[in-house]
Amino acid sequence: MELAESTVEVRGLEKRYGDLEAVRGVSFDVAPGETFGFLGPNGAGKSTTISMLCTLIRPTGGSARVAGFDVTKNPLGVRRRIGLVFQDPTLDEYLTALENLQFHAQLYRMPRDRAAERIPAVLEMVGLWERRKGLVRTFSGGMKRRLEIARGLLHSPQVLFLDEPTVGLDPQTRVHIWDYIQTLRDREAITIFLTTHYMDEAEYCGRIAIIDNGEIVTMDTPDALKAAVGKDRIELRTEDDARARRELDERFRIEATTTSEGLTFHVAEGEEFVPRLFAELPVGIKAVSIARPTLDDVFMRHTGRTIRDAESSSADRLMMNPMVRARRSR
Amino acid sequence: MTTTATRQSAAMPDVAPVVDLTEGATWYDDLRAARVVWKREIIRFSRNRIRILTSLAQPVLFLFVLGTGLAPVIKVPGGFDFRTFMFPGVIAMTILFTAIFSAVSIVWDREFGFLREMLVAPVRRGAIMIGKCAGGATVATLQGIIMLILAGLVHVPYSPLLIIELLGMMVLTATMLTAFGLFLAARIQEIESFQVVMQLFVLPMFFLAGAVFPINRLPTWLGTLTRFDPLAYVVDAMRKTVFTYAHAPRTVRRTLDPGITWGGWHLPLGVELGLVVLVAAALLGGAIAQFTRTE
Repeated sequence: MELAESTVEVRGLEKRYGDLEAVRGVSFDVAPGETFGFLGPNGAGKSTTISMLCTLIRPTGGSARVAGFDVTKNPLGVRRRIGLVFQDPTLDEYLTALENLQFHAQLYRMPRDRAAERIPAVLEMVGLWERRKGLVRTFSGGMKRRLEIARGLLHSPQVLFLDEPTVGLDPQTRVHIWDYIQTLRDREAITIFLTTHYMDEAEYCGRIAIIDNGEIVTMDTPDALKAAVGKDRIELRTEDDARARRELDERFRIEATTTSEGLTFHVAEGEEFVPRLFAELPVGIKAVSIARPTLDDVFMRHTGRTIRDAESSSADRLMMNPMVRARRSR
Repeated sequence: MTTTATRQSAAMPDVAPVVDLTEGATWYDDLRAARVVWKREIIRFSRNRIRILTSLAQPVLFLFVLGTGLAPVIKVPGGFDFRTFMFPGVIAMTILFTAIFSAVSIVWDREFGFLREMLVAPVRRGAIMIGKCAGGATVATLQGIIMLILAGLVHVPYSPLLIIELLGMMVLTATMLTAFGLFLAARIQEIESFQVVMQLFVLPMFFLAGAVFPINRLPTWLGTLTRFDPLAYVVDAMRKTVFTYAHAPRTVRRTLDPGITWGGWHLPLGVELGLVVLVAAALLGGAIAQFTRTE
């Protein structure tokens, strides 16, 4: 076994299905103990990448090493060192929470005494110890997801892969799941690789890569990404929006857009700009608000569209796909 | 929320991930993986009492309603109970339906995601298949044993030797049929296809096995077909055994237990069972190969 500095090391990883390039040569490194997020719309290639890293599907190009093992040359070596939580449930609903974990422990060849020690620990961590004897089919969506996270951690993996860990859960449960994920990050020296299409969730990551159409468009810490966008968004309501818009253009060389609420424009240092606005704008100001750039703005800046628009277009792409195939087969 | 938080800190020791899993899967690891897959099947079966009862309803109906109804039509010499003839067939039937049902549960596992938990584990696919097969075979044998208890009602003696011999053949039948089910199920992606499997494979297999009628005086085309049904060989082997212990008169044996012939050659019991072992091994091998190839 070689000593690798990165826990996850990806070079030019590719996956194509016929003409469809799901992942087009992505490269990145994840350091030990880091929480790394893959952010992008549905259909951008996030799940395909995660499946390749987990040795579930074979890449068609490039290479990837996870926990020091090559995903194509030593898949079993990789599998033993990773924990997985999928988008879709993978629990046996007719078994109890405890039985699901016992099954996992044996499948992962955990020594009996260590399983006996780890099972209560992980169940406690996700707050399901009291419900350990309950059949999983009686659990709520949030409880099931927590149980999956507990199971993913049971065999003390070096890397935990979370594919859309909160998809389909209500906002309150999502917050709770994130509490658990942060707890485990503090408790266990573990590297976390996650995918999400929720912008707010990406904020929990140490570093994120934004992926669109199978390519990484940018990669950095959430703060650095937002700082790179630079400009704050200012929303302004005045007594005469049309005149204010003209004045902004003449005096500040700022192009504002009219919205149903008033005017919106972007400036570099929002907080310093607002006092000038009050002093120099010859129109009465009713309200003003400054918004820091969000990851939505980051995504917008790098892809030229909002994540919502990207999602509907990639949905079209997926809808198109069977037709493409049908045409080819003719 | 707060209570869980405090309990968490107490319960979670600060352990760094330890990699103490030795590399390279040995046969013992595979065995352990197979055992846990087997165990899950048993737990699920024991929890589903309704399934145990409903899958017994059909064979009981066949034996006591169809069998009793047919008895006066089919003239069996010497007042011999026709249902004694049907008994091995009905046991095979119980095993057939339970085994196929268990095997096809792999399609359910796929549908509800649990198959993924098994597929991503660091174990060989073959081990999972063997565990599944052992689980299905155990469950099917258990159902068969419940039917075996009814033996006395249809004039099959409770001889310990007979029971031991039948048990052995039942385990073999159950293994072969579960392997057959897994072989079919390894490729099935949707639950809906289960109906197709039943209509296309299971029912013909049952009817061609000679479970409810003797297969010696059939028209050539049908008689030829029965020889391709592996279930026919176990039914024949079990019937031979039952008739021996039930002291069936020679006249009865001539009509109801003529044995299976290959171009005039009467297959001895040992050859019949040997054939079934081969078929079982081939099917299980095929199921493993298919399962390893897909996904």
